[in-house]
Amino acid sequence: MSLQNFINDAISPWLNTEGIDNDIVLSSRVRLARNFEQVPFPTSGANEALVKVLEYMEQEFDDQSYNDLKQFQMIKMNDLKPVEKRVLVEKHLISPSLAEKDHTGAALISKNEQASVMINEEDHLRIQLYFPGFELTKALEQAQELDDWFEDKIQYAFDEQRGYLTSCPTNVGTGLRASVMMHLPALSMTNQINNLIPEINKLGLVVRGIYGEGSEALGQLYQISNQMTLGKSEEDIVEDLKSVVKQVIENERRAREWIMEQLGIQLEDRIFRSYGILANSRIIQSKEAAKCLSDVRLGIDLGLLENISKTILNELMVLTQPAFLQQYAKKTLSPNERDVFRANLIRERLQLEH
Amino acid sequence: MECQRCHQNEATVHYTQVVNGQKTEIHLCEKCAEHEGYMDFNDDSLSIHQLLTSMFPFDQNVSQQQSFQAQQTLKCDRCGTTYQQFRKMGKFGCSQCYASFESYLTPIFKRVHSGNTKHVGKIPKRVGGKLHKQRELEQLQEKLQQLIHDEAFEEAAQVRDEIRTLKEELNKGKDGDA
Repeated sequence: MSLQNFINDAISPWLNTEGIDNDIVLSSRVRLARNFEQVPFPTSGANEALVKVLEYMEQEFDDQSYNDLKQFQMIKMNDLKPVEKRVLVEKHLISPSLAEKDHTGAALISKNEQASVMINEEDHLRIQLYFPGFELTKALEQAQELDDWFEDKIQYAFDEQRGYLTSCPTNVGTGLRASVMMHLPALSMTNQINNLIPEINKLGLVVRGIYGEGSEALGQLYQISNQMTLGKSEEDIVEDLKSVVKQVIENERRAREWIMEQLGIQLEDRIFRSYGILANSRIIQSKEAAKCLSDVRLGIDLGLLENISKTILNELMVLTQPAFLQQYAKKTLSPNERDVFRANLIRERLQLEH
Repeated sequence: MECQRCHQNEATVHYTQVVNGQKTEIHLCEKCAEHEGYMDFNDDSLSIHQLLTSMFPFDQNVSQQQSFQAQQTLKCDRCGTTYQQFRKMGKFGCSQCYASFESYLTPIFKRVHSGNTKHVGKIPKRVGGKLHKQRELEQLQEKLQQLIHDEAFEEAAQVRDEIRTLKEELNKGKDGDA
């Protein structure tokens, strides 16, 4: 397979479309947790009943189309090889815990990979919708419509007082988790991010690095999401998140201007060095790759680097994850071999730009 | 205070055990506490379940013993999940658990959802028009208060009529389910 074809397969098509404020907000996501009224929750381990949920979903919704979200395809965990599951996890289409549910787990994924409905993860249904850029309102609207589409056929667990009933008390009420993926290199460079995160936490929102562990955010990519699901309407939850995200965007823009002015040639040097490493290295670890990719993306957004597509950061952050590298190599790789393959893949990908 | 077990290090872990009304205090250093099984440092740090279970408040209104006994035997009649399991895992077993454990849930939700206990968001169409109308009625009544406060009486009169119509519809009952 040529690299271009491999990438086309590997990157969700929606990721390549332009979105609002997408120099900073790479994508928006809305997730709704829903359960069948009459079936024990997946956390109960009542596997027979859960298999019935899976079969029902397959019978009613496999190969069905809904509006723009062309054709849903049912993918059962049982039918996938471990590496295939990991690829879906790395594409954020399923969660690691769903990947472990061999007999009961499945996902309905739309052809453009914008919508993914996890079946029998922690709840019977986890309806997720992705949008490029800062598009939370649209994402919520479409997720609600998709929810109505399912609700036509499914009797959801719902209580007048408590709202949509979920297996974890942290999701009850709306079952809504709205989030954005943000690239915040300037706030990271100026260390402002460390002051910002506790402030955002105080507002009842959660900030975490998307890749990497602990406090370290690989590629300067952060996810901001709501924590509270009960006592606020879906619209208010999204509006509150949006107003905070808007402020973070403004702060990041100001920090970018500031580093441009203050660092000047030093910043330019850093960005071009990072580009040089990506374009020439023969061995590269994921941490270094993430740092360089973040620099290059910043260089593109600041107009210092030209003729490189913006999606290179999200694209290569996904492509250089272990499972993708192994799929590209078509064999199991040791960590050292992975670093070689990662370097190869990045070099080849950059060559496609010219 | 020195550790009761090794008598060498400073005691930093303090436990109060109550067995059959007999109170015992235990003072250990971290090392001995771990050895005696009082602390599990190897457990994968703080999981969400643990965080959640630490959110479960003690039930203050009922006398300790009564509530303890009730909690021991409380069980969801549909899926068989006990209240103790729910406390430990932080997960419900089925939708019926919400009703089964209802008397203990309000303080939990308050802690998890910044003081909120009542859903104000989306309502499934299937649940019926009645709830939708009730929600609408609440909103109109709030609006009416605001309009009166603002002395916008013409508009207020309109809203009052809307409320009246809505109330009539709700009273008819059957039509509300349409």
